[in-house]
Parts: sequence; structure tokens; C-alpha cells
Amino acid sequence: MRWLIYLSFAMLAVGGLYGALQGLDKMGVDLYRYLPDPLYRYYLGLTVHGVTLGWLFTTYFIIAFLNLATVHGLRRPLQSRRLAAATFVLAVGGGILALVPTFTNESSVLWTFYAPLQAHPAFYTGLTLVVVATWTAGLNTYLTWRGWKKEHPGERTPLMAFASLTTWAMWALASAGVAAAMLFQLIPWSAGLIPQVNPLLTRSLFWFTGHPVVYFWLLPAYVSWYTMLPAQVGGRLFSESLARLVFLSFIPLAVPTGFHHMFPDPGVTHSVKLLHAVLTFAVVFPSLVTAFTVVASIEVGARRRGGKGLFRWLLALPWLRDPSVSGQLLGMLLFATGGITGLINASYGMNLVIHNTLWVPGHLHTQVAGAVALTWMAASFWLVPLLTGRALWKPKLAVWQVWLWFFGMAVMARGMHWMGLAGVPRRVHLTYAPYAVFDEWRMAGWLVGSGSLLMLVSGALFFLIIGMTVWASKEPARVEVPEAKPLHPVDRMPRVLDRLTPWVAVTLVLIAIAWLPSLYRIATTHPYVSGWRLW
Amino acid sequence: MASDIDRYELIWIYLCAAVLAGLFGVLLYSAFGLGIHVETDVGQIHPTQVATTAPFDQPGLRQVGPDEYEAVIVARAWVFDPPEIRIPAGSTVTFKLTSLDVIHGFKVPRTGINRMIIPGQISVVTHRFDEPGTYPYICHEYCGSGHHIMNGGIVVEPR
Repeated sequence: MRWLIYLSFAMLAVGGLYGALQGLDKMGVDLYRYLPDPLYRYYLGLTVHGVTLGWLFTTYFIIAFLNLATVHGLRRPLQSRRLAAATFVLAVGGGILALVPTFTNESSVLWTFYAPLQAHPAFYTGLTLVVVATWTAGLNTYLTWRGWKKEHPGERTPLMAFASLTTWAMWALASAGVAAAMLFQLIPWSAGLIPQVNPLLTRSLFWFTGHPVVYFWLLPAYVSWYTMLPAQVGGRLFSESLARLVFLSFIPLAVPTGFHHMFPDPGVTHSVKLLHAVLTFAVVFPSLVTAFTVVASIEVGARRRGGKGLFRWLLALPWLRDPSVSGQLLGMLLFATGGITGLINASYGMNLVIHNTLWVPGHLHTQVAGAVALTWMAASFWLVPLLTGRALWKPKLAVWQVWLWFFGMAVMARGMHWMGLAGVPRRVHLTYAPYAVFDEWRMAGWLVGSGSLLMLVSGALFFLIIGMTVWASKEPARVEVPEAKPLHPVDRMPRVLDRLTPWVAVTLVLIAIAWLPSLYRIATTHPYVSGWRLW
Repeated sequence: MASDIDRYELIWIYLCAAVLAGLFGVLLYSAFGLGIHVETDVGQIHPTQVATTAPFDQPGLRQVGPDEYEAVIVARAWVFDPPEIRIPAGSTVTFKLTSLDVIHGFKVPRTGINRMIIPGQISVVTHRFDEPGTYPYICHEYCGSGHHIMNGGIVVEPR
């Protein structure tokens, strides 16, 4: 498990380096051309950035972190060591299989791999194995939970483990889309077994998974915010029932929303797009509850530390003393901005202004590179000492690191949103785009470039801190897994908040309504076309 | 109701539900009240038949009424055909789009024009150009190594 975390950070380093080059490209500075062949190719780099960060950095960390939450929550080891070993082999082997043809320029199709751009079969196969690894990891969590329940009949599942379990349940349903696209279309097509694919079908199946994958990245951060962070500031979880409701509500709400990524697409009808828009808005509900419950839990801690006043208690939090706490709080601030931009993205008509502009990756970066990555970095400031038994190297520097990441992200996102509103398309080698002539684009591009440089420096500091903790720290670590206790005793709780089956059943019904008719129509009546390699 | 939910928390939840209901209302009003709609299922055309099927066999601009035009644009790596159209100010243009190869995009900055172009599918979008000037149309979906050079332009001439 420790190795999965190190590998996850290695992916962060590789993807982050290319990310900085892409940021500089937005201000007209092309450093790509100094790289050796074939690495100097912009879209190869963009594919590496997306695959390493979107698929591998995230998945590796999630598997390790949710395993820890399960094991600690239930106070028992994973049910099957063999399954855990298989998970590791599948995750790492799949990652290598996908990255090799990416680095040799045989799969420059970006992380969304929209057909009929055709990548190397190993690229699709590798990513599929990574998804299979998430299934084996989820299965192991489920088996561990079942083992625990047998020994604790009638007891309520501890929250930390239950939150992990709901994350896996959500993901098991959500990943079916991309898995179907891979197994029935993309892998046989790239291997030459079937001549043509349906580009609208594979794109729809991608977004079946592509929207909830964001919640798959986010929920481990929620696990930290709800079940760990309150303990780190000396607080209590304000309400365990609501925490459970939030995690559970992501199961039905995450999946039947994906068409909001395809509002300007032909071939999908108005009515189903509007249905997905409405369901996407429903996700606002758990987010707003989180805004109250997590902040209230932290407030309990701040008041116990002597915080007073209506808002002055915020100053009692260790913003400048505890990097693990401040990193997560700053991540939440970024998350709140991204929540608002996310609503704009999902707003049917308004989406036409920003669809496929730099605004969208701006939003994505506040959520994944901001909220999620910052929370995970901050969590690793207790996690790595826990796993290695060595105290964190220079915690003061770590405070600098998280603040620098926050400012870099804020500046870069400001620039990206601005450029998007001004009409700059996403995913372009902007330095060489003949239409990049507007003065407004240039100013915003400077923000993107300088923000990404701040994040590069912050990222380098992060690897220095983690590296020195692992290799050079002499002091023994005195840390344990933080586990927040509930503020009020939970004596009455609806049984439905400790079960998965009803939630999964509702989800299946929603999927059947929101997805199946469109998918069936697209698969049976829309054209199948040949593949292209255009890079 | 569970025993550990605070009174303030409950008030907040009701507030959230009200906000959400309001947002639903605005969303549905924009769609049905104001008639702002996104792309729908317009029709299919196989990429191999584009060259022989009207109107895509003859890409270009056609006048279809007073101040009304139809622009048929075929996208392929990495050009739009035609690369430029010229119209007088005040014209309403209906763009009909399809692709010969991979997925492309069609975005005109500072207008509401934003469409995906998917091989096998037809996209349609209508816009009135009142201000004279040059409006670029930009491919905004990755379509290979020349993606960033794929663009065209609408020249709106003063009357």
C-alpha cells in the first residue's frame, strides 16, 4: 500500500511537469521544443498529463487511502491478501501498459480517448486493467465489511469504513460505462477485430463514467474532511447521520448526469439533456450539506481552541502551524469556487458560452488539482510519517508548500476561466494557433503561465519534503490515524443510512431512465465509422 | 429523524432545498420560457457519403431568403471547407456542419455558437450577425497534431 502511494506521487510528478509546460504555452512560451523526440510533441504531453494525473495518480492514491480507511475504521485487516496483491499488480501493470504506447507517440488521444481517433490496443487494455484493479479493491473492501458484520451482528458500521464502502459502490456502478466502451468497442476495434466504431456511443459511454469519476476522486477527500480533519483540529463530527446521507446520495446522483458534458453534441435529444441537467443540479444538495456540516465540525474544534465571535473563530484554526490542516482548508476554499463554476457548466443554456473552452479545464483544475490534490498532499503529511515511522521533515516548509499551491492554483484558474470566457478553446497548442491574436487572451495567458510556475515550485517542495521524510528524517513519528468522534451521541438513526442495497436499487432505476433509451438508440441507429491516426 | 441532527443544520437543509428548487425553476424557465435550447438530434450522414449527399456535396454559403443564409461547412483534419464566408451585417446564418474523419468542434468566440461536430452526425446552429467585423470559427475539440491551426472566419461586412 505504501508503494501505491509513492507511485501515485511519481505520477503526480510526471504529469505535473508537463502541466507546467502547458501552462507556459498559454502565455506563448513553448518549452516543449527543447525536449527530445518524441516527447516534444504537445499532444503527446497533454495525453501523458491527463493519463498520469486523471487516471493513475488518482486511482493509486484512492485505492491506498480507502484501504487504510476501511482497515482503520473496522479495526481488522483486509479480508484477502491475495486480492490485495492482485489489485496492486493490475493497477501498476495496467498503468505501465497504458503509458508505454503513450510515450512512444502511438496513443496521443488525450485522457478522454474519443473515437474515431485510434490509439494502440495496449493503451486501452492498460486503462481497462486499471479499472479492473479498482473493482478488485472495492470487492476486497466489501468482503472485509462482510467479515466484520458477521462478528458484529446488529452493530452500525463505523463511518470511516462505511464512507469507503459507499465510494466503491458508487464507482462500481459508474465504471460500467467506460468498461463497456473498452471491452465491446475500443479494444476489439484497435486490435483489428471489428472494422468500425460508433463515435457517439463511445463518447456517451465515456461520459457515463467521466462525470462520476470526478466524485470518485472527490469522495476520498470527503472521507478526510468528514472523518479525519475534525479530529485534527480538536473538533467533533457535527452530525454523523448527515455525513452518511451525503456519501450515500452520491450513489444515485453521480451517474445519471453525464450528458451535461455533451450539451452541444448532435445526435442526443433536448429532453434527455435537460433531464441530466436537472439531476446534475441535485448534486448541489450534498455539496451544500457538506459546506455546513464540515465547517460546523471544524468550528467545534476552533472554539475548543479558544476561538470566539461569529467569524473570528476561523483565526483560531492552525492556518500557519499545521500543514496538514491548512492544506485541507485551502483545498475546501478552492472546492467552493469550483462548485459555483460547476453549476454554470451544468446550466444547459449557459453551457454554450463555455463548453470546450479553457474555462472547463479551469473548473476541473480547481476541483482535482485544487481541492483533491491539495487535500491528499495535506493528508500525506500525517500518512507518510505513519507508514514510515519517520516524523515529517520541516513542517514549516510544508505550510509554505500548501499555501504556494493554493495561490498558484488560484492565479492559474483565474486565468483559465478568463481565457475561456474570452473564447479560447481548450486542448490547443496556443503558442502556434493562428487565431490567438486578441489582447485579452494574452493578459489572461500570463496568469495561467505564472500560476502554473508557482504550482511547479510548490510541487517541487512537496517532493522534497516527502523525499526527505522518507530518506533523511531521523526523528521517530508520533502520529496515528485521526478519527473524528460524533458531537452528539447517535442513538436513533434510520437503518437506511447503514445500508447500500436500497441506494443501489434507486440508482439502477435512474440509470435505466436517464441512460438506457439514448444509449440503445445511438448504438442501433447511428453510424459506425473507421479509425484515424492523426498525430 | 435521526437524533444527532442539529436545529441549525435542519434550517440549513430546508434553505438548501429552497435554493435548489429555485435553481430548477430558473433552469426550466430558460429552456421552456426563453426557448434557449442546446443541440438536439438533427440527423445522421455517414462520412463516406458526405461528398455525394446534399447539401454537404456543395459546401459553401447560400442565400435562402432576405438577410437569411445557409452555410454548409464540412470539417476534416485540419480545415473547415469553406475556410471563409462573407455576409452583410444583420444577416441570419444557419450553419450545417458535419465531419469527414474524427470529432471536431465549432466555436465562434463572443457569440452563442458552440457545437460539436461528430462523424456520422449533422449539427445545426443559427445566429444573427449585427456587428460588422471578422469572427473566427475555431475547432475546439482535439483532432490530431494540427488541431490548433484548424480555424476559419466569418467576415461581416457593413451595409
